Amino acid sequence: MTSTSTRPAPPGGRPGPAGGAPAAARRSRRLAASAFLGPGLTYLLVFLLIPLALVFAHSVFRRGRFGGVVYEFTTENFTRLIDPLYLGVVVDSLKLATIATVIALLVGYPTAYAIAHLPPRWKTVALVAIVLPFLTSFIIRMFALIILMSGPGLINRLLGAELEMLYTDGAIVTGLLYAYLPLMVLPLYSAIERLDPQLREASANLGASAFTTFRRVTFPLTLPGVMTGCMFVFVPSFGNFAVPELLGGGKSLMVGNLVQTAFLRERDYPFGSALALTLIAVLLVLLVVQAKAARHG
Amino acid sequence: MFRTRVPRRLPAALAVAGLALAAAACGGQSSGSGGAQATATAAQLDAKADLSKQRITVTVWDGYTPKELPERAKAELGVQEVKITLHDTNEKAMAKLTAPGDHGIDVAFVSGQYAQALAEQGMLEPIHPELIPNLANLYPEATQLSYDKGNKFSVPYTWGTTGICYRKDLLKSPPQSWNDLLNPPAEADKKVTMMTTERWLALPALKALGLSVNTDKDEDIAKVKELLLKAKPHLLGYDDLTFGEKLKSGEAVMVEAWDGWCPTTEKNIGWVVPKEGSDLWVDTMVIMKSSKNKEAAHAFINYVLSPEIHSWAAENIGYKVPNKAAMDRVEIPEGSLLGISPAELLQGESIIDLGEASTKYTRLATEVAAQK
Repeated sequence: MTSTSTRPAPPGGRPGPAGGAPAAARRSRRLAASAFLGPGLTYLLVFLLIPLALVFAHSVFRRGRFGGVVYEFTTENFTRLIDPLYLGVVVDSLKLATIATVIALLVGYPTAYAIAHLPPRWKTVALVAIVLPFLTSFIIRMFALIILMSGPGLINRLLGAELEMLYTDGAIVTGLLYAYLPLMVLPLYSAIERLDPQLREASANLGASAFTTFRRVTFPLTLPGVMTGCMFVFVPSFGNFAVPELLGGGKSLMVGNLVQTAFLRERDYPFGSALALTLIAVLLVLLVVQAKAARHG
Repeated sequence: MFRTRVPRRLPAALAVAGLALAAAACGGQSSGSGGAQATATAAQLDAKADLSKQRITVTVWDGYTPKELPERAKAELGVQEVKITLHDTNEKAMAKLTAPGDHGIDVAFVSGQYAQALAEQGMLEPIHPELIPNLANLYPEATQLSYDKGNKFSVPYTWGTTGICYRKDLLKSPPQSWNDLLNPPAEADKKVTMMTTERWLALPALKALGLSVNTDKDEDIAKVKELLLKAKPHLLGYDDLTFGEKLKSGEAVMVEAWDGWCPTTEKNIGWVVPKEGSDLWVDTMVIMKSSKNKEAAHAFINYVLSPEIHSWAAENIGYKVPNKAAMDRVEIPEGSLLGISPAELLQGESIIDLGEASTKYTRLATEVAAQK
């Protein structure tokens, strides 16, 4: 789900061609490189680029009477997108994904900070605990939330209340947060962990308060981790369709639902493709912004 | 209907290979009528054709016919082969049947409005009643279905309607009108579900407003939208699949439901077709004009209409079948909706294909779902 995100390259360690290696050695290194890269690249080429090309192609054709594609050029799939109905859904998705990302950051940062300062043995325990939910099926985790939050569910029974939790936008955000919070904590942890503690000591020695140290030293230095974490949460949240379907009760739509409906229910491949391209375009813009910012950081 | 079934499909290559063999095996079979003539009128079919030279491919929803049907039909009819391929929705079946090139399908199971659309496109072979003596098993009402009066190009397989399924113990009084669902009493507020699929999402509002389920007028659909949006704050959610479970757990107390899906055999669960009326849905069997095995296809449909095969559907998938001889064999449990009579069913309005106007309902569904 996060395959479109790029992790910042690990610093240093690239074997430069310093010293002018003999041509034979260089050739064998190139051979090794292609042997290592080959399978992965082939896989991506076949299973990412080809479907992407198909999506591109479908988006400019017409829908057949009973689904399928009529190979007749049209731009109506894109003009249909400008409709306030679909734009509204895009805005709603941006809103829900942003809320989930901000909460994930507010919750994830202190968590990552605390883990980074644990003794090594506990660090491992904490990290395993963070990753643990990933060992369970996504759908099962969502159903766990349904059992907790439903009308006659566990939370209401324990509280003796009748809170309306399930099938609301709040439930969607809860679901997104539950699903993707670990993806926020892990990059933050690695960013905070790498931070040289002497920098903070220096800041304190120069008279900065703990908050100022955080604001002017720790946070700016972990900004690349913050960016990565935010992308890891935002990207899969924005395109999600299972969470609004399961936890939103079909009462809210996200872009992912529009794509799913277009492909599976209406069999309108051309319009579904146009929607999918929009989704990809929004995410690409965000990724470029993130990559630029990370380089500056 | 389009109930979700496990999506599974035999590779198309298999069907094509089967067809190529079939074409080779019985090339001269309909030589009397000739190809050009067959496109305009019904093919001349020979009641005494040698079925052992024909093989048929049937496309059907997964789990909708008995598992051993191909073997039994083959043995019973003496055809060379009966092959079943699967589709999980009407839309997928239509995609298969209307795709360019030879799909090799002889018999298809699709809902009534889709059979109508296929017939309008000239893709169906008219039914030859003389080759299907078991048509006599059908209820007289089963020939009065508005998408195909007189069963000219389709044979009904299952039928049913849509109503309100509710908790007798959690509602003060049983619902009677679609308005009870759209504007629920206090004890049912936020404990109501409606269906999400376009035509059924619109159904309660259409009927509450006294409109036809087949209207394509923009002003009608605008009124429906207004009513559906007014109902939305009172809903628990939109649900096509698990409303029965929600009712059992008490999470919902009133849901829009297909008759076959309302668990009325449970103690506290009731069912009503609201007084404003409802729909009548029918799943049908059709024979493709492109079939080269039309005698075998008719024989297959005739076999499905035999009481012991057709009653299987009522007993195993819980849908009523429009076959009197078959229903007479079925033991109907206390409270089961299998007991709804054909006359009652016929009061429902058949959903028919709306052609291009069907996108209006798609848009309606998106608009209702997207509204906060």
